[in-house]
Amino acid sequence: MKFLRGGAWLPPTVFGAGALGLWELVLWATDPEGFVLPRPSEIAIALGENISEVWVASRVTGFIIGSGLAGGVVLGAVAALIVIRFRTANETLTPLAVAINAIPIIALAPLFNNWLGITSPRSNQAVVVLLVFFPVFINTARGLSEVDDEQIELMQSYAASDWRIMRTVRIPNALPFFFTALRLVASLAVIAAIVVEYFGGRQDTLGNIITQNAQFTRYDVAWAAVVAGSLVGIALYFAALILERLVTGRYARATTAA
Amino acid sequence: MNAAEPQRAAGEAAQDLVLEIAGLEKTFNPGRSNAVPAISDLYLAVRPREFVSIIGPSGCGKSTLLRLVGGLIKPTGGELSVNGRTAGEARLNRDYGMVFQAAGLLDWRTALRNVELPLELMGWSKLRRRKRAKEMLELVDLGGFASHYPAELSGGMQQRVSIARALSFEPSLLLMDEPFGALDEMTREHMQAELLKIWRETATTVIFITHSIPEAVFLSTRVAVMSPRPARIAAELSIDLPERTPQTRDTEEFFRNVSLVRRTLRSVEGQ
Ligand SMILES: Nc1ncnc2c1ncn2[C@@H]1O[C@H](COP(=O)(O)OP(=O)(O)OP(=O)(O)O)[C@@H](O)[C@H]1O
Ligand SMILES: [Mg+2]
Repeated sequence: MKFLRGGAWLPPTVFGAGALGLWELVLWATDPEGFVLPRPSEIAIALGENISEVWVASRVTGFIIGSGLAGGVVLGAVAALIVIRFRTANETLTPLAVAINAIPIIALAPLFNNWLGITSPRSNQAVVVLLVFFPVFINTARGLSEVDDEQIELMQSYAASDWRIMRTVRIPNALPFFFTALRLVASLAVIAAIVVEYFGGRQDTLGNIITQNAQFTRYDVAWAAVVAGSLVGIALYFAALILERLVTGRYARATTAA
Repeated sequence: MNAAEPQRAAGEAAQDLVLEIAGLEKTFNPGRSNAVPAISDLYLAVRPREFVSIIGPSGCGKSTLLRLVGGLIKPTGGELSVNGRTAGEARLNRDYGMVFQAAGLLDWRTALRNVELPLELMGWSKLRRRKRAKEMLELVDLGGFASHYPAELSGGMQQRVSIARALSFEPSLLLMDEPFGALDEMTREHMQAELLKIWRETATTVIFITHSIPEAVFLSTRVAVMSPRPARIAAELSIDLPERTPQTRDTEEFFRNVSLVRRTLRSVEGQ
C-alpha cells in the first residue's frame, strides 16, 4: 500500500501547503477586502465559526452521497453481470448505454423533485444513483467481456460451465475496470449531490449553505461548505482506493512492480 | 465382456487409437457468401504415446484442426473420435490438456494457483491439488517460483507454467498450438528438451502444431504435413532418430529428416 507509506504523502502535502500559502499571499496583496475570493485563513475561520451547521449539513449531504453511490455502484455492477452473462456480444448494449448516458442527468433534478417530493432525500438519491450507474455499468461490462479468447477456450477445455468461467475469469478480470469506475464516481457523486441541492429542498445541506451564503455575499461561509464537500470526496476516493487494494492485494503490487 | 462377440472386439480395436479422424470437414459460416472451407476430407490416426507434429502453410487450418479435436468447435462433416468418444464427450471427460502460443495464465493467480486451476475445476481437495501443483512446477523446473505472479515471470517461464497446468491432471491427450512460437531460439531449444523429458516421464500422447521444421523433427515420432486451405493431411513422415539430445541437432540424421520434411512441405505448397 504505497499511498499509506510516509514518503508518498510528502510531495502532495508540500505542494498543497505551498499552493494555499501562495493563494493567501496573492489575495493579501491584491484583494485585501476578500471580495472576489476569500483567503484560506478566512475560510478556515468561517469553517470554525459555523462548524456545527457545516457538520450537520455534511452528514445530511454525505448520507445522500453515500447511499446514492452505493445504490448506483451495486446496480451498475449487477446490470453488467446480467448483460454479459446472458448475452456475451455487447455491440448493441454499448451504443444504448452511451445514448442514455448522453442525457444530462443533473438537469433532470427539478423533475425528480416534482416526482419524488422536494424535501424527500429520494429525489436527490435518484439523481446520484443514475449518475453513478453508467460509468460503473460500462466499465464493468467492458472488464467482463474483454477477456482473452484463449482463456475462455482453455476453461471450456476443462469443461467449465459459463457461470464458473464468469467467477474464475471474467469477474477477476473486471475488478480493475470496476475500481477505476468506482474512484471516478466517488467524486462524481459528491458533485451530483451538491448540485441537486442547489435546486432547493431541505435547508440543512451543503448545497443550500453554498447557495444561501453566496446570495448574501458571505463567500467565506460558502467556501467552508465547499471545503467540507471536498473532504467528503477525498475520503470516498481513499475509501475506494483502500477497498481496491484490499481486494486485489498482492497481485496489484506484482503487476505494478513488473 | 465376451471377447468372441464381434461388436465388442471392434470397439476395443478402436480404443487402441487415442485419436481417429476420418473424412473430417469444417466450413466456417456454411451456406453464406462468406463461407470459409477450412478443412476438407482430412484423415489422421494417432496411437497412444505418439508425438505427432502438424506442420503446414500459414492459415491452412492447423489451429482449426486442434479446436475440432479439442471439442471447442463442431465439424461440419466426417468422423472424429478421441479414446472412442466424440470430441465433445472427451472434453467433458477432461481428456485434453491444451497449450496455446500465449501462455494464457490468469494474471491475478500465482504460478501455483494457475497450475491448480484445472484441478480446482475437477473438484480435487485443496491439499491434494496443492501437492500435485507443486510436483508439476518441480517437473518444469519452477519449484522456486510457486508464489510468483505471471507478471514476475519471463515469457519462457510463463509457458512452462502453462505446460505444467496442462499436464497437472494427466490428460490422455496433450494439444499444443505453437506453444514455443513466441520464445527466443535459446529458450525454445531448452523448452523442447524439457517437453521431451516430460513426454517420456508422463506417457502422454502429444499433438503439436508448429511452423518450425527443425522443431517438428527434433520432437516428433511422426510429422504430418497439411495442404493449403481447405486442409487435409497431404503427407506423413515417420521420424527415426536414435536419440534426441542437444547434440542430435548437429547430426547427419537430423539434417536428412529436416530436408525431407522441407521438401515435402514445398511440394505440398506447390500443388
Ligand atoms: N471463427 C472463424 N470464422 C471464420 N473463419 C475462420 C474462423 N477461424 C478460422 N477461420 C479461417 O480458417 C482458416 C484456417 O485458420 P487457422 O487459424 O486454423 O489457420 P492456421 O493454420 O492455424 O494458421 P496459422 O499458421 O497462421 O496459425 C483461415 O483462413 C481463417 O481465416
Ligand atoms: Mg494457428
